[in-house]
Amino acid sequence: MNMRDVLSWLGQGFRLPRLAIALPGIALPGLLLLVALAFGSAALAADPNAEIAVAVPAADADTWRQVKDGESFIDTRHDSTYSLINQSGETWRQWRNKWVSPFGLVAVGGMLVMITIFYLIVGRSQLDEPRTGRKLLRWSVLSRALHWTLATLFLILALTGLNILYGKFVFKPLFGDAVWAAMISGTKFLHNYIGPFFGILLIFVLAKFLKHNWIKRHDIEWFKQGGGMIGDKHPDAGFANGGEKAWFWMLATAGMVVFASGLVLDFPNFDQSRDTMQWANIIHAVGALILTAVSFGHIYIGTLGTEGALEGMTTGYVDETWAKQHHNLWYEEVKDQAGEAPAAQPHDDQADSTPSSSSPS
Amino acid sequence: MAQMKFMCDAERCIECNGCVTACKNANEVEWGIQRRRVVTLNDGEPSEVSISVACMHCDDAPCMAVCPTDCFYKTDDGIVLHDKDLCIGCGYCLYACPFGAPQFPQQDAFGERGKMDKCTFCAGGPADSPEEEYEKYGANRIAEGKLPLCAEMCSTKALLAGDAQTVADIFRERVVRRGHKDGAWSAIGNGSPSAIDAMAYDATQDQ
Ligand code: HEM
Ligand code: SF4
Ligand code: SF4
Repeated sequence: MNMRDVLSWLGQGFRLPRLAIALPGIALPGLLLLVALAFGSAALAADPNAEIAVAVPAADADTWRQVKDGESFIDTRHDSTYSLINQSGETWRQWRNKWVSPFGLVAVGGMLVMITIFYLIVGRSQLDEPRTGRKLLRWSVLSRALHWTLATLFLILALTGLNILYGKFVFKPLFGDAVWAAMISGTKFLHNYIGPFFGILLIFVLAKFLKHNWIKRHDIEWFKQGGGMIGDKHPDAGFANGGEKAWFWMLATAGMVVFASGLVLDFPNFDQSRDTMQWANIIHAVGALILTAVSFGHIYIGTLGTEGALEGMTTGYVDETWAKQHHNLWYEEVKDQAGEAPAAQPHDDQADSTPSSSSPS
Repeated sequence: MAQMKFMCDAERCIECNGCVTACKNANEVEWGIQRRRVVTLNDGEPSEVSISVACMHCDDAPCMAVCPTDCFYKTDDGIVLHDKDLCIGCGYCLYACPFGAPQFPQQDAFGERGKMDKCTFCAGGPADSPEEEYEKYGANRIAEGKLPLCAEMCSTKALLAGDAQTVADIFRERVVRRGHKDGAWSAIGNGSPSAIDAMAYDATQDQ
């Protein structure tokens, strides 16, 4: 073989590993390193017989398997479990940066835009009739305390989570490195320490509110009527209406998935692999972004969107008119208890923990 | 400007771990952190092959792309460095890195990992004084016009560091001199010592 031949297949050899190793789209300098192991196969293709005669197999399929699986492999680094090449790293990067990040922005931003448009066009859902002034106890002190604690922790987690994902595009250029450094380290601290407490509290809250949230036939009807937006009559609703139940089950499913995947990310001390954490990150981010987007809907409906709803969760009492309009089945059960809101707050077992329309009717 | 790269000639690497030791010594990195590692496949078998790996200073670096604090930057020489004042130890760079380069001093509950550390191509990192720079990132040999100590000290010159073009030229020359159509990496002559000797010939020397 003369010099020109050698050089020409060398050229091919240099390009080959790009195909051999599936790391799409990145021009790694590691290419050189990879070339090192792929060379053999290039020559093998050129003249198989001559090759087999003189050489022990070089970089064959087996070698590549070892490179990525860490098989028959020793690594001089203390305690290292890393394969020579982390194949899934680039995949994770693409998933996170190309899909999760932009679509999260679309989901969260889109929700905000939709709510704003809805508010501007349709406006607030007003009470159809004047308030009677008679109050019904809806949320006990304990329920309200649980709700607002969970809500606060959720908001902190959602905001810090968004900062972890998007903050570098906004605050780093805006405030400069010094402020950004403090901001992002505070963000990580809050997120990683509050996360587990949020999760534990979430389990308590789900358990406590579960009895109101079993799906009934009238809830399906509630959804068919768009919660009262389609047609001009108010659909039936018990203590919790279809929308509230949907939010409950969202938290019971997506919320728990976010909690579980968050724990995987939060406790690397259990030596879970990089691959496990890549998956956990994608699942966590997707779940969290969906929850964040939907939470905007919940917050809107509970505050600006519905006249008379917020006071239930702040004072514990709602007006009779509001109850009749939004939760007619519940109202029928408790209407004889309507009266003045007492100055002293009632004990837990007098409010939402009494059996309501959630019991078979 | 130069584009700095490492390359390890697996045919020459004898798994002596000189590079690992040189790095540790040059940069005085924390206990438990070893910026460079030597990986050996099929140890003790005829097909045994070793290669020294650290951060490869990727062109389109995955670590840079995923870092939530955006603490990485590329020098004019194509070296990927990071700012430890910004790093929050989230581990994302490690999830993404193809070569397992980023390392952490701890790995504790609540994601407490400390500040990420990785090979700097002996180019230090952002700091206010040379002392602080050495403390945080280790040596800045590049500023002194020197190449990374690992490659400088490699006894077989398997590990090369420097401008990509120069490294590639040296390597290409080796392959040509070896005169073996399988290139530089597979054993020849069924492992006979004379054949191996011929391949270990240092192409940087005139004959
Ligand atoms: C329930 C317990 C939770 C735990 C244990 C938890 C834990 C974590 C951890 C460890 C990370 C990686 C970031 C880092 O280490 O700096 C993370 C990222 C993130 N979390 Fe959570 N989290 C929890 C709940 C939530 C909730 C409720 C939300 C939002 C509603 C949320 C949104 C996010 C987002 C958006 C990210 C960024 C993902 C990315 O950068 O790819 N998390 N979380
Ligand atoms: S740390 Fe890993 S991903 Fe980043 S430049 Fe180095 S080798 Fe590439
Ligand atoms: S560990 Fe540090 S350098 Fe790595 S991605 Fe997180 S913040 Fe960036």
